[in-house]
Amino acid sequence: MDSKRRDFLKIAGLTAIAGIAAPSAFNTLLKGEAIASAGQAAAGGHGAAAPTGKRYGMVIDVKKFTENPGLAEQCVSACHTIHNVPDFGNRKDEVKWIWIESYEHTFPTESQYKRPDALKDMPILTLCNHCDNPPCVRACPTKATYKKKDGIVGMDYHRCIGCRFCMAACPYGARSFNWRDPRGKDANGQPFIKAENPKYPTRMRGVVEKCNFCTERLAIGQIPACVEVAAQTKALVFGDMNDPNSEISQVLKTSFTIQRNPAIGTHPSLFYII
Amino acid sequence: MYGKGRIIPALILFLGLMTSPIWYKSGEASKMPKPEKPKDYTECVAPTQEMRTSHMVLLNQWRDDILREGGARTGKTPNGTEYVRSLQNGCMKCHSDKKKFCDACHNYTSVKPYCWDCHLQPKEAM
Repeated sequence: MDSKRRDFLKIAGLTAIAGIAAPSAFNTLLKGEAIASAGQAAAGGHGAAAPTGKRYGMVIDVKKFTENPGLAEQCVSACHTIHNVPDFGNRKDEVKWIWIESYEHTFPTESQYKRPDALKDMPILTLCNHCDNPPCVRACPTKATYKKKDGIVGMDYHRCIGCRFCMAACPYGARSFNWRDPRGKDANGQPFIKAENPKYPTRMRGVVEKCNFCTERLAIGQIPACVEVAAQTKALVFGDMNDPNSEISQVLKTSFTIQRNPAIGTHPSLFYII
Repeated sequence: MYGKGRIIPALILFLGLMTSPIWYKSGEASKMPKPEKPKDYTECVAPTQEMRTSHMVLLNQWRDDILREGGARTGKTPNGTEYVRSLQNGCMKCHSDKKKFCDACHNYTSVKPYCWDCHLQPKEAM
């Protein structure tokens, strides 16, 4: 009886040691793997390794917009006309897919100290960054917004419940909420959508909307509306950033560009030449 | 029975009133809706019966496939006619009168889809 009890205690002790040691050994191994993969990514560049496959991006040459006054406004109006974006006539209810912003508001993380005076009044065109790691997609509770295979952050307005979590999550203010019915009319009887484009739907009250990188135009072989407007001046360059022969890859290779707030790890697809 | 002189006529009156909608419409069957089909086109993207029962499923499939998976924007009917997989730019190209086509059945079955809150219907039908 005594020897049996002794055996039992031995087995119990060994099991306890094994039980405690195994998970920690396992964790150590996993950590090793994580460090190893982080090392690989660091070798590839800034942050995690860039995804392969198609990834649409845009380069915005800010100087070209100063050289061509009015061009930025034309880009905005082309986009908003094609996509039936309503103009509610006040900043509070404003809906915007692409808009003009000042340097200090576009790049609040860049130093504003001792910058050239010309930067102050420079119209900087900005739109949805189509981030590689989009915070809005993570915040959306209904999967109304999602990341597509070609890098575009899309939206399905049918699924949007208007909770505006995505607006709170977006660090670039690229999302707008329809506080009012976009099909409605203002006090003077003027419709909020000046001329409806019959090829594209409108939105309804209570949904969030944003730039879709003209995914509907890309599908039929056209370039985004804003890029088309700026085509002559080459102020906007659009294309597949993962294709080494594309125009945008060449521009990115040869020019120094900055992104909006890159430190937060969203990996934007918009690049600015200042 | 206490007060049968009043209770029984009142019951009969009550039953008569409750069933009056049935008496009112008795004998005439309500008309089946006749959605107007386009004259210039003879075939749809799927057989009539399938379209009748599950056009809404098809529209949802198109939407999810195109928006999320980057699916094809056009499709082909069994006879090889190309069509656009879109409510606004596809369906309404042939079925250009919403009132005479969509609404005919939707009103009959008291279905109120919210398609047209966002999608634009063809101008001539508005």
